[in-house]
Amino acid sequence: MAALRIGGRNYESRLLVGTGKYGDFPTMKAALAASGAQIVTVAVRRLDLTAKGEASLLSWIPEGMELLPNTAGCYTADEAVRTCRLARELGMTTFVKLEVIGDKVTLHPDGEETLKAARELVADGFTVLPYASDDVVLAQKLEQAGCAAVMPLGAPIGSGLGPRNLYNIAILRERVRCPLIVDAGVGTASDAAVVMELGVDGVLVNTAIAAAKDPVRMARAMRLSVEAGREAFLAGRMEKRLYANASSPLGGLIG
Amino acid sequence: MRRSIQLTINGEPHEVPADLTIDALVAHLGLIAVRVAVEQNRRVVRRAEWMAQTVAAGDQIEIVHFMGGG
Repeated sequence: MAALRIGGRNYESRLLVGTGKYGDFPTMKAALAASGAQIVTVAVRRLDLTAKGEASLLSWIPEGMELLPNTAGCYTADEAVRTCRLARELGMTTFVKLEVIGDKVTLHPDGEETLKAARELVADGFTVLPYASDDVVLAQKLEQAGCAAVMPLGAPIGSGLGPRNLYNIAILRERVRCPLIVDAGVGTASDAAVVMELGVDGVLVNTAIAAAKDPVRMARAMRLSVEAGREAFLAGRMEKRLYANASSPLGGLIG
Repeated sequence: MRRSIQLTINGEPHEVPADLTIDALVAHLGLIAVRVAVEQNRRVVRRAEWMAQTVAAGDQIEIVHFMGGG
């Protein structure tokens, strides 16, 4: 399968996965491995200075996976840019998932602050993957700002509702040239397949895997559905028609 | 006895010996240096600067690491 190209790098897997909300690290590690993903998101947080010797997240991320630090929890461009600079120092990577939240209840992104931060980070040499709404004009501005990909939400973060507006995703695909990765809202495997069938370049999944009853199995399901959706997109679906059109020959019936 | 100064580390007040370098501060706090990044007064202190950069009274220090996230 043709590779996903982001920031000058090629990835065989079009599924990106998160590391939040797992019950324990061994399950997380097994799920990350089962997902086949090559890019894994992590959060940057203050160290708890009183909790010495706590287990390190990084030691539970399978060998060879690339880190994509996020700015989750940031509400201003300034906080997000500072967080990215700390992440670069921590992770020795210039890739960042830029996330600037505008509303505490829906966790919808603040487009204005996201764009401001994206411009500053691109100028500072970062490979920027911004979490965004499914607004085509904002996505175009993020692309023009030099972002390596745009990551529109399918539904609110952690909601598992599935993509709420497939028409907007389809419009984004037509009007934005850079890679599109649907980030947030995927609840189960078919949700990932549906957006991949529209031609988006990838899907980022965290809660749908971590909160599944069997996260390892769901990780495998997501891997398969992303592959299936991509193949269906490349295959090109048939035209829809209102009435039946027999699959078997109309002539030669016994009688 | 060495003079002490007050810093704000991760939002909390901390008394530490005066004239510590970032490297020495991380050690003083008992942290595993390889897993943390440090910001001093809103500016990242690159690891190459840790041995030379000292902290001063009133500094705002942030010490962060990676945690699980989406």
